[in-house]
Amino acid sequence: MTDQPLLVAESLRLNFGETKALDDASLHVWPGEVVALMGPSGSGKSTLLHCLAGILQPESGRVGYDGRDLTAMSDSERSALRRGEFGFVFQFGQLVPELTCVENVALPLRLSGAGRRAAHRTATEWLKRLEVGEVAGKRPGQVSGGQGQRVAVARALVSRPRVVFADEPTGALDSLNGELVMKLFIAAARDTGAAVVLVTHEARVAAYSDREAVVRDGRVREQEYAR
Amino acid sequence: MSVTFALLGLLENGPRHGYDLKRTYDDTFGRDRALHYGQVYSTMARLLKNGLVEVESEPGDGPDRKRYAITHAGVTDVAEWIGRPEKPEPYLQSTLYTKVVLALLTGRDANEVLDSQRAEHLRMMRELTRRKSDGDLADELICDHALFHLEADLRWLELTAARLDRLAARVRP
Repeated sequence: MTDQPLLVAESLRLNFGETKALDDASLHVWPGEVVALMGPSGSGKSTLLHCLAGILQPESGRVGYDGRDLTAMSDSERSALRRGEFGFVFQFGQLVPELTCVENVALPLRLSGAGRRAAHRTATEWLKRLEVGEVAGKRPGQVSGGQGQRVAVARALVSRPRVVFADEPTGALDSLNGELVMKLFIAAARDTGAAVVLVTHEARVAAYSDREAVVRDGRVREQEYAR
Repeated sequence: MSVTFALLGLLENGPRHGYDLKRTYDDTFGRDRALHYGQVYSTMARLLKNGLVEVESEPGDGPDRKRYAITHAGVTDVAEWIGRPEKPEPYLQSTLYTKVVLALLTGRDANEVLDSQRAEHLRMMRELTRRKSDGDLADELICDHALFHLEADLRWLELTAARLDRLAARVRP
């Protein structure tokens, strides 16, 4: 662990029409830690995640990543950063339906210029690590929800990002499958040293984190970082 | 109560010495708290008096030479206990509710009460989750039981936080 946070949100404000989605929201994420963003529906936790990941731009405030100002970057610079350093897991619908599972996982590597064979080899290893080696040749429509989420986790981690953003990654799964996804996901993220920003309204999912930050009415109540 | 029936039930597969019974109990149920020998022997003495176990003595005497066997009456009691549903505990008028209401009545920050409780619950849930990840299936099931209960408490904390204004209007003079 270093003394500097990897990702910082400072006093973010963002409105959707009349609604204050973020109202002076601040958060710190240290390298390699797993932070759970909790809070009721509509509290702004997903909006905060999207701002941290450079998907949404706040109206005011600043997002810093590894000493760089995300909010001052151009769209293409932010896209490059997302491709190179960030991984994403959403609730569902993130896999490309026309590609097989192994091709889906290999996709980020191919986009960063890896050869087909090497990318497939690495992708296959990741599928095995998430205990879904058997679905490699299947398309997303042919696998179960739990398997699909594990494929999505493999794809998020395959390029060894420094931060993985996960928005309700088990939201569409039953308890048993949700547990398995979280267990494998967090173990793999810890192995690679990636930090994880995890949005969830489920306490049992948040229990996989190192600490939680509660988002309420667009503000963050951050549990102190202790290590 | 459940220790008595657990010990009795463990005798159903065959007679055991007190020492053996304690070890089997500890391995199967006693993850957090192992039994004291004294507790095994006092339980057996009580069950003996009530006719639920009998003693098969072996030559050599001494407490460790006693083998306990379950009686027909004992088997019937175990069956009855396993088959009887436990009374669900509704936890009405919990300490937490009292703390929240008192905080509101005395002008203290009730949100603070709820937040610090939430943090404490999550801390315990993290510990159980870690234990579960490092353990076997038995650890997983035992920890999951505790985790689901803690999660239920947390949901209540959240709902209460969302209704705090209404509660304040009701309880304040």
